[in-house]
Amino acid sequence: MADYHEMWQSLGMDVKTHDLLCEALPGAFGDVYLSQDNRPEGMDYFNMVVAEIHGLRPAELVEHKKKGGKVVGTFCIHVPDEIPISAGAIATGLCSGSQFWVPGGEKKLPAATCPLIKASLGARFDRTCPFFRLADMFVGETTCDGKKKAWEILAEDAPMYIMDIPQMKRPKDYKHWEEEIHGYLKKCEELTGNRVTPANLRSAIILLNNKRKALQRLASFRKLDDIPISGKDVLLITQIAFYDDPARITSQIHKLCDELDTRAKNHVSVFPKGTKRILLTGTPLSIPNWKLHHIIETLGGAVVCEEMCTGIRYYEKCVDESGGTIDEMITNLTERYMGAIHCACFTPNRERIDDIKRLAEEYHADGVIDVNLKFCGIYDIEGHFVERELNAAGIPVLGIETDYTDQDAEQLKTRIGAFLEMLGN
Amino acid sequence: MVYAGIDIGSTAAKGVLLNEAKTEILARKLMPSGWNSRQTAEELHTWLLSLGHSREDLRIIATGYGRVSVPYADKTLTEITCHGKGAAFLGGGDLTVIDIGGQDTKVIVLTGGRVTDFVMNDKCSAGTGKFLEVMANRMGLGLDEFFAMAETGREVKISSMCTVFAESEIVSLMGLGTPREDIACGAVGSVVSKVSALVNRKSPSGKYYLTGGFCEAGFLVRKLGEVLGAEVITSPDGRFAGAIGAALLG
Ligand code: SF4
Ligand code: SF4
Repeated sequence: MADYHEMWQSLGMDVKTHDLLCEALPGAFGDVYLSQDNRPEGMDYFNMVVAEIHGLRPAELVEHKKKGGKVVGTFCIHVPDEIPISAGAIATGLCSGSQFWVPGGEKKLPAATCPLIKASLGARFDRTCPFFRLADMFVGETTCDGKKKAWEILAEDAPMYIMDIPQMKRPKDYKHWEEEIHGYLKKCEELTGNRVTPANLRSAIILLNNKRKALQRLASFRKLDDIPISGKDVLLITQIAFYDDPARITSQIHKLCDELDTRAKNHVSVFPKGTKRILLTGTPLSIPNWKLHHIIETLGGAVVCEEMCTGIRYYEKCVDESGGTIDEMITNLTERYMGAIHCACFTPNRERIDDIKRLAEEYHADGVIDVNLKFCGIYDIEGHFVERELNAAGIPVLGIETDYTDQDAEQLKTRIGAFLEMLGN
Repeated sequence: MVYAGIDIGSTAAKGVLLNEAKTEILARKLMPSGWNSRQTAEELHTWLLSLGHSREDLRIIATGYGRVSVPYADKTLTEITCHGKGAAFLGGGDLTVIDIGGQDTKVIVLTGGRVTDFVMNDKCSAGTGKFLEVMANRMGLGLDEFFAMAETGREVKISSMCTVFAESEIVSLMGLGTPREDIACGAVGSVVSKVSALVNRKSPSGKYYLTGGFCEAGFLVRKLGEVLGAEVITSPDGRFAGAIGAALLG
């Protein structure tokens, strides 16, 4: 990695502690990613982005800010990035998938809090993530109880803006979310000093739809019998999509997909014939959380789809581009951002079960693994329906609970190994 | 060709040798896992080679939590698959296997001899062999004495979910002068209720087979049957189920 110490210093980071993370990451990435055989060349770009994860993109954000631009950080895929983008801000995901940040979060939060939340707070309070320094506004939402309350603590240090997401999907709830998006637009206008025009909003919608279409194209290769790219690699690309420049990543994904087209024509697969195909469902896998994909694919399975926020839910559906006025476009955004994402924070959430079954079929999954981040009550409870309904549909399912540590790696290997053996007999 | 299964669990290591037709157990070996799985595996290797078959004539499959420490194995498989297979051999192909192991407990649903579903206890040792071991230790009893005492006791409720807390609960019960028999009975009851809760997370077949080290603990087996409302069958070979299954899959 190039030397970014000066930039980190100027961002007020705890550079010394952060160095520990910088030292650990290349090894972890090498073990999980670079050890794979027959990777597509198009992964080079993404390898580079990860290698420079706290340097390259943050440097671009710094440049943007120097010119008076603003950065908006978000934690949940219900919050439409089109809004800050249309106001001239850069939107970035603030996803925290490493145990590195968890102890910092535990200084403020009960240990029995989901690791994603603990890591998010840790990254900010410990000053060990540049993205958590660069954001001019942190957009929280009232999804789960843990986040809702954690935002109050985070607000003591970071400029929070909270959006009130409904818990049901009745017409009045859609209306409420629509109002919230209007409010968000106003807030972004205030933050940036730019007025959002219909043309700006429209082009933001198209920009992000293009990113989604690229990710959809990438996902389509995973439906093939001969899968030309590993599940791990697709997960990585999805994770990077949360913070990379949207236009650039779109073109890089297409470039990769062109290569995959050739592979598909020649029936090149990165997995041996007969590899068991796994669909993952559940809580998000934020960067650099590659643990499950790594275990599954090392044990001889292939992850073919993630029914997760860091997966299908992020890109499967596009926003209707036909809106002419800002109001119409916000209605369309509401439709997409509430109607097409099936998170366990909603009740009921029947659509998620239907999605899992549909995706299992589309991606020819042999089995489903329902993953739950420890202390995430809503997904844990919803697991009841996931298991029951998949059993009824004759789709094998394994429920597992895990966190960001490696302590349970052996137990997971036994459970997942046994599941793969079961699918094979 | 004869088939060997090596099952290195957290508490006990098991080895079995099956005949060519895989219909008969030719030899069994049981030893403590000790603290060094590799050394334990080596001892089992020596034992295997002493049985009169050349290495070329042996196919060895390793399972259990120490399976990675068996460098001479031809193949490794998880204990779930092996316990399922072994229980099908011992008890028939359509049943629910309950394995109370040293550090985890598993429930395996068998249909037509195949594993169709399974569940393992979560990261905590309540409801495992470890729990009973800790409690027996705390009362200064060996496991056999412990079960014998439990049988004559009247169950006191042990409410802690966690082994460490349950241990201090037991200490205070002893402090109150509660008979050891009653406490032992309560500890068995606690494990049985956790195990049955695990069983009830799956759709059990109504026929149970207990594998693992407690297959000769008649009191626990009976208690488990009472709580599940069905007969729990087992046999002294139940503790070898994992190793038998491994050998069968060789
Ligand atoms: S799991 Fe739910 S709350 Fe979390 S990011 Fe996804 S949609 Fe948002
Ligand atoms: S994983 Fe669950 S508990 Fe954690 S932030 Fe998401 S919804 Fe909340």
